Amino acid sequence: MTTGHHIVKSYDDELKALNNTIIEMANLTETQFESAIQALANQDTALAYKIIEDDDRIDDLDHAVDEMTMGLLALRQPMAMDLRNVVAAIKISSDLERIADYATNMARRTVPLVEEATVVRPIHAIPRMGQAVIEMLRNVVDAYIEGDADKAVAVWRADKEVDEMYVSLFRELLTYMMEDARRITPCTHVLFIAKNIERMGDHVTNVCETVYYLVTGEPLREDRPRKTRTDRLLTNDLETED
Amino acid sequence: MNMENYRPATATSAPTGMTIDTVLTGEKTIKMESAEETTVKMSTRNLDVFYGDKQALFGIDLDVPERAVTALIGPSGCGKSTFLRCLNRMNDTIDGCRVDGDIRIDQSDIYDRALDVVELRARIGMVFQKPNPFPKSIYDNVAYGPRIHGLAEDKDALDEIVHNALEKAGLLKEVADRLDSPGTGLSGGQQQRLCIARAIAVSPEVILMDEPCSALDPIATAHIEELIDELRENFTIVIVTHNMQQAARVSQQTAFFHLGILVECNSTSEIFTSPSDERTQGYITGRYG
Repeated sequence: MTTGHHIVKSYDDELKALNNTIIEMANLTETQFESAIQALANQDTALAYKIIEDDDRIDDLDHAVDEMTMGLLALRQPMAMDLRNVVAAIKISSDLERIADYATNMARRTVPLVEEATVVRPIHAIPRMGQAVIEMLRNVVDAYIEGDADKAVAVWRADKEVDEMYVSLFRELLTYMMEDARRITPCTHVLFIAKNIERMGDHVTNVCETVYYLVTGEPLREDRPRKTRTDRLLTNDLETED
Repeated sequence: MNMENYRPATATSAPTGMTIDTVLTGEKTIKMESAEETTVKMSTRNLDVFYGDKQALFGIDLDVPERAVTALIGPSGCGKSTFLRCLNRMNDTIDGCRVDGDIRIDQSDIYDRALDVVELRARIGMVFQKPNPFPKSIYDNVAYGPRIHGLAEDKDALDEIVHNALEKAGLLKEVADRLDSPGTGLSGGQQQRLCIARAIAVSPEVILMDEPCSALDPIATAHIEELIDELRENFTIVIVTHNMQQAARVSQQTAFFHLGILVECNSTSEIFTSPSDERTQGYITGRYG
């Protein structure tokens, strides 16, 4: 990630340890997310419980990042790219921790969905949406490791598709619920799961922005057009005019 | 971290080693890199120092852990250099200076009649702010100490001592082909490393450094700091610095002095992230002047 070596080698070692911790956290988060989709698709409550338990490991890594970054800021007075590296780690770990929490929430909702044995048709869209965000996460982690700003921008743009999937699923669920009131409970669970995945995509775009800033020293800003007013409301974009 | 054999006069000390394992073990302070217990190399108890009628240090109780770097920080005139000079009895050479209290190395009193002060100063070496190489060749600068202490039986043994010292000080590569040239012909950073080599050549146990980088530019300073990181595997180091960022980078234990009092002593990461004393916080955040 960093180019060239510091004269004081222990400084290099500490930064490397920080970067490796972020990568470890990202890998764990990805695993949690994949497992959550699998648990839902395969109606696997045992897996769901395991995901809920494993969330602690990611919280531990988040605390580890806090301690390491405090130490680096206090004891090394990082400058320029080193400072961006440390601040990026703080922000990225926070976003990863939220993504992992959403995966855990998905697992929590899977349990009642399976136990009440109500499979609703729109649920089939969830794995596709989830996979799209997993791909985004994988690619932004690669961008972080390789210091590739272009890759980060590509992932940042890919979130548009996830937002579209969410809006489409939202409409589908509404229609489905209106057809039969007994479907309302399971559809609401599915709706929350879909919302979680949409938020995970947003957190991944945060990571993209952080990686872009880390690599280039410039903030990532570009307008992403959205369609109808409802779409914009649903995806928190309240500033673009019709 | 097992602290049974180490009775701290002040707060606990722990070298920084920020790896993922050390942080995840749930210990609040950062764990030691080595598995050994912390041994105290030098200690002072109730140390008072007077220059004539003026008292410069008041009842200092401080432990210096072995094979670690202890930094002494504080504003000008706080007594940190006076304290440093107590450790190798350099204050004995100052007229009117009186030292009271207990100072020990490896539990032995350094003022014990049976102890030879010249030998003490070989065990506890010193490096000063302004590099002060002798007006001799690079070789003779480093060989001087071993010669007068009779540390080498023959020329070959002496050569080896000189080469090892220059290498440990990170200077050998740069000067290997001109060991006969004058020490004063080197750059500031190189001269300081020569002085460190000179101190190491007599196999000290402790190295005292009084603002060793104040006269050097940032790159030369970084080279010395990397050298200090390497040296602490084998030597105990006490460094006085008015640059507290340097103390933060280089040390594992930091002691803050103010008006002759030891205000606070703790692991460097604790001091610079959450100091216990208001005065320490005021000093390191630049809040008082």
